[in-house]
Amino acid sequence: MKTQRKWDTLATDTAERLAAAGQFIGAGKRVEAKDVVALLEAVIRPGDRVNIEGNNQKQADFLADCLLKVDKGKIHDLHMVQSAVPLPAHLDLFEQGIAKKLDFAFGGPQAGRVAKFIREGKLELGAIHTYLELFARYFLDLTPRVSLICAFEADREGNLYTGFNTEDTPVIVEATKFRQGIVIAQVNKIVDKLPRVDIPAGWIDAVVESPRPFFVEPLFTRDPALITDNQILLGMLCLKGIYAEYGVQRINHGIGFLTSAIELMLPTYGEELGLKGKACTHMILNPHPTMIPAIEEGWVDTIHCFGGELGMEKYVAARPDVFFVGPDGTLRSNRAFAQTAGHYALDMFIGGTLQIDPYGNSSTATANRVAGFGGAPNMGCDAKGRRHVSGSWLKCGQELPSMPEQIGTMPRGKRLVVQGIETFGEGREPAFVEELDAWQLAKNAKLDLPPVMIYGDDVTHIVTEEGIAYLSRCKDMDARMAAIRAVAGYTPLGLKAKADETRALRDAKIVMTPEDLGVDRDRATRDMLAAKNIRDLVTWSGGLYEPPARFRNW
Amino acid sequence: MALNTLEFECKCAAPAAAVTAPVHFGVVGSGDLEVLMTPAKAGGAVKVKVVTPVTGFDALWQRVLAAFVESAKLGDVAIEINDNNATPAVVTLRLRQALAEAAA
Repeated sequence: MKTQRKWDTLATDTAERLAAAGQFIGAGKRVEAKDVVALLEAVIRPGDRVNIEGNNQKQADFLADCLLKVDKGKIHDLHMVQSAVPLPAHLDLFEQGIAKKLDFAFGGPQAGRVAKFIREGKLELGAIHTYLELFARYFLDLTPRVSLICAFEADREGNLYTGFNTEDTPVIVEATKFRQGIVIAQVNKIVDKLPRVDIPAGWIDAVVESPRPFFVEPLFTRDPALITDNQILLGMLCLKGIYAEYGVQRINHGIGFLTSAIELMLPTYGEELGLKGKACTHMILNPHPTMIPAIEEGWVDTIHCFGGELGMEKYVAARPDVFFVGPDGTLRSNRAFAQTAGHYALDMFIGGTLQIDPYGNSSTATANRVAGFGGAPNMGCDAKGRRHVSGSWLKCGQELPSMPEQIGTMPRGKRLVVQGIETFGEGREPAFVEELDAWQLAKNAKLDLPPVMIYGDDVTHIVTEEGIAYLSRCKDMDARMAAIRAVAGYTPLGLKAKADETRALRDAKIVMTPEDLGVDRDRATRDMLAAKNIRDLVTWSGGLYEPPARFRNW
Repeated sequence: MALNTLEFECKCAAPAAAVTAPVHFGVVGSGDLEVLMTPAKAGGAVKVKVVTPVTGFDALWQRVLAAFVESAKLGDVAIEINDNNATPAVVTLRLRQALAEAAA
């Protein structure tokens, strides 16, 4: 006889938990702020997989603080599965034994404590992921049992408006709720009518009006006043030697000052190079304030955003031809979709790094910080599943002398992955090193692998003040290593470059100096920037950009 | 912050350029430096005085300065550098900009 088996154990368990929490949940799923700790104690069980929403921007910080106050006798050894751990509370959970295991993508300011806690045995690390990789596992083997999320507003029924900062909310809620999990939301305000419904009430179990608005970090605001002449030189090299050379249209810019400099030089040097309409037409980007001049000058067709950026709300809403703005007139940034576009549909990823090894592996890891990756590895690689063609993708693929070694005579494209870096960083630390600090970190934090942001075989171009190494044109590892040495300047690695070898690489256009490219170093001054400070950006925006107080220095 | 003074003399194979009048370029901001170039007969050599808060980078300064003098084919100039932790990239950039200023 066939054994009777229950097929709804998850739903039954959830119903039991919610019944226990019923006394705290009122009409419209509303929970009073003072009852949240008790609510969490009722719905969470020891060892549960729990998600606290928070990436590098918005944070469910009130719920994180409440989780920290639960009775450790009742709730302990949680398995945290979440994009990022930037708040002190995220790590305090491990200090106090409420949480035990962590699967995440980005460490941010707490990266040092992550490494320390792993060493001390307070934190068991599952894995460091990219955002997209972690989201994928939410739907496979890391589905949260309980998720603590955040939104701007809820209505009286419990529908949520996540708006401009939608970010990770849809992917977390869908994974959790469709496997019978429990979703608790903190909102800044409960209102009668939402601008639009981003998350339906049926997928939410409890809503609390937070005593304070959720924390959000303006992580992508770069003050043009801090851009150096050297970053401008690197930007000029990139624009002439890469953007113009390949006609790159679909781009993600990293978070650093190099790409801010490039954004601010589109209307000046980019215009001079005749790139308008030919480069930077489609972008996957947060709403970078430094993009305002190029947008105003008509460079950009489309920008899809991973998240919001404080102060850019009105500007973005007023440019619906460019940004993805809903029928209500506000942006919806959905990180999962932006990362998907970033992985599959870009022709170039360009950003800074901290260290490059002799093979071209590029890492931002330091010996004592588990910083994580965020989205960089997904954008900083050629997606193996890509099948559509664009001009620059095809051109880069055609350059690759190593391609026939792998797929014979079959043609294929390749994404441009550009790493820009000064040969020496802060404190005159060489940026080109024999061994990445990632190796030491792997030892210190007991990781299985050194955490490498971008592997050498994905990097196609390295740009320094010495020039550009076109690694895409190198026939083998020896040529690649020689090209890297040739742009490594006065670092110990750079001093190993041989003059005749470098000469031959320059003749073959595998290495191009500023002079080879016709980039005049004397023009690399701040006069190149379309906006020289935050105030200029406000002016460019016609007063629509409202910078956070810390950036208002006039 | 104790300052250190370093002195170098560089000579390129075939000096062809010189400065005809004193020139000053740059500011001693963090990670930056100022450069003063003055005409000075020295048998084609370039004498450089560097004032810097950092120690332990003498060989690096020597290489950066020698490469600049060689690429600019510079001779008979006295250079004074007041440094505040500039990287080699910034040093080279400021030297070139100072020379361009002198030529203007």
